[in-house]
Amino acid sequence: MNPEADRRMTEDFLRPLLHTTWKFYVAVAFFGSIVLAGFATWGYQIYTGIGIAGINSPVFWGFYLVNFVFWIGISHAGTLISAILRLVNATWRRPITRCAEAITAFALMIGAMFPLIHLGRVWLFYWLLPYPSQRGLWPNFRSPLVWDFFAITTYLLSSLLFLLLPMIPDFALVRDKTTGIRSRIYGLLSFGWRGTPKHWHRLESGMHIMAIVILPIAVSVHTVVSFDFSMAVVPMWHSTIFGPYFVTGAIFSGIAALIIAMALLRRLLHLEYYLRPIHFQNMGKLLVTMSLLWGYFVFNERLTVWYGNESHETGVFWATQAGDYAPFFWTMVIVNFVVPIVLVGIRRFRTITGTVIASCGVVVGMWLERFLIIIPSLSYKQLSYMWGSYAPTWAELTIMAATFAGIALLFLLFSKFVPIISIWELKVGDQPKIETDQPLADAEAEGELA
Amino acid sequence: MQEEQVQQSEQNEGYRWGMAVDLDRCTGCEACVTACHAENNIPTVGAEQASGGRTLHWMRIERYFEGEFPDVQAKFRPVFCQQCDNAPCEPVCPTYASHHTEEGLNAQVYNRCIGTRYCANACPYNVRFFNFYNPEWEKPLHLQLNPDVSVREVGVMEKCTFCIQRINTAKIDAKANDETIQDGSLQTACVQSCTANALVFGNLNDPESEVSRLARSPRGSKLLDDLGTEPSVTYLNRETWHESGSR
Repeated sequence: MNPEADRRMTEDFLRPLLHTTWKFYVAVAFFGSIVLAGFATWGYQIYTGIGIAGINSPVFWGFYLVNFVFWIGISHAGTLISAILRLVNATWRRPITRCAEAITAFALMIGAMFPLIHLGRVWLFYWLLPYPSQRGLWPNFRSPLVWDFFAITTYLLSSLLFLLLPMIPDFALVRDKTTGIRSRIYGLLSFGWRGTPKHWHRLESGMHIMAIVILPIAVSVHTVVSFDFSMAVVPMWHSTIFGPYFVTGAIFSGIAALIIAMALLRRLLHLEYYLRPIHFQNMGKLLVTMSLLWGYFVFNERLTVWYGNESHETGVFWATQAGDYAPFFWTMVIVNFVVPIVLVGIRRFRTITGTVIASCGVVVGMWLERFLIIIPSLSYKQLSYMWGSYAPTWAELTIMAATFAGIALLFLLFSKFVPIISIWELKVGDQPKIETDQPLADAEAEGELA
Repeated sequence: MQEEQVQQSEQNEGYRWGMAVDLDRCTGCEACVTACHAENNIPTVGAEQASGGRTLHWMRIERYFEGEFPDVQAKFRPVFCQQCDNAPCEPVCPTYASHHTEEGLNAQVYNRCIGTRYCANACPYNVRFFNFYNPEWEKPLHLQLNPDVSVREVGVMEKCTFCIQRINTAKIDAKANDETIQDGSLQTACVQSCTANALVFGNLNDPESEVSRLARSPRGSKLLDDLGTEPSVTYLNRETWHESGSR
């Protein structure tokens, strides 16, 4: 690598860490205040009772659980992109792995809060944990909620490791490029990294092990989340397809979230040179693949229920196909299936803008999918006398808005303290040719036509 | 030999509580619902909350209408916790708040409940209720709370217990007199208040009890039997109205 390109890369990626504009503070204040409003709402809910949410009898699970499944789904971005692409050694992955792994960690942190937010008596949440109590009481290991706890904890810890491991050489770089207290802090974070061959070898094998380990964990975690539903004898929950269906949907929404995050970082941090149209193109192809797979699962699920015509399930089925929930269902089909295939599948529309629009649609559609799985089934259970409906309240909407602001805030802070692109990986890989005299616009146009 | 003894003792001494509901006799008067509220300190939530689907009725009378006006027939079905032997609500509870007792009841340990509401979703009968807020009673109703039944706080699930406070009192009394509970001497609040004698409560382990006899009736069926929940409640189907000439 020529030293000029090396220097330029280091400069580009350390700029956000070293220089802060007023816009950053405004953005932090904006998102931070929404997050604070969310926490205040939660506090108010703990004080008065969960009745301020819209849940009722028979719809005992509402937006909180929808958001729980949604965010755990988003968290699958990191594992797929990062681990799979690392294992198959796809070189184009290098500029996007860190971003993907960060989404995983942040979405998991946010998603894992919802089982607590939705508890009736959250101050007793530790009864879900297997801790040595003097009464000798353990949690009920037959309960899918307890499986959930173990699955999500395992996934959170391993994805944090997966995120932190490749950050070590970059922390060392920041340590070397800065002075004073900042250098000392990054020095601590880099665990005395000196870049010896031994260090590199250990890092590489560590990453390899983590990439292999994290894949089954990721698949299992959303399967276990699906077990929360499929284990109960609730119409259209009690389905064997839910495990793979949820994993597919999770990866699908994760890819969409990653594309959106990439586009935002590209625009806001001026990383056009590194996040190239080729990345959006390849991610777009993955998005279409998952869209087709997702459509296949939805078709399977719906066909078997319709054909089986089982009396308990027809209530839920027709409510989602032609009843109260039908508008949501068909919106979901359009934004999850039709839009991605048109915007990304057809080469003429396959631009960065088109891919990002399709991804936004997929995120909305996958949120609707979780809503459609949870709410209609509870509204139309076996006994028609107890059929009901559900509408969210301001509390649920505020907390939901706070989670979206929360991930924005976490990302903002993350990009301020950590190089958002893995510098060392980009430097060791055969990254896009750095020809400093080639205008950026040309490079972009080239990629879009490819 | 030992097993036989155990079985015998289960037959004679162990109780397995069950209920029979004669749909032919039910008039839909809802006296049982009121009695249940009074006995078990079930809060009323007010009109606004009730319209949002947050009523707590451990016992409810489901009304179904058949036929076209004016030839309409109302059918009533009292529904309360079916105390399933194979209850969907029990395995899903992460804290054992919902668990099975030796006498075949689905017990709900209020103090152990953290309010995941999973049991309520898993229950196909929708007979589990949640305290969305702390319960309140309009004065002077707060003075008539039953001292034998605990008041449930916010965030806790509750449901029909087959008046477990009455069962326990009867068991203690019987033990003091060195005898078993006589059939018919122990009644839950709903059974006691039913003027039409549509509800019968008793020990299913005693083949001679009234409830056992009704449970064996050819008119008997279980609610949502196909789900395999094995309820302890037998519904006796309506038959007479076809013959009564009302149609």
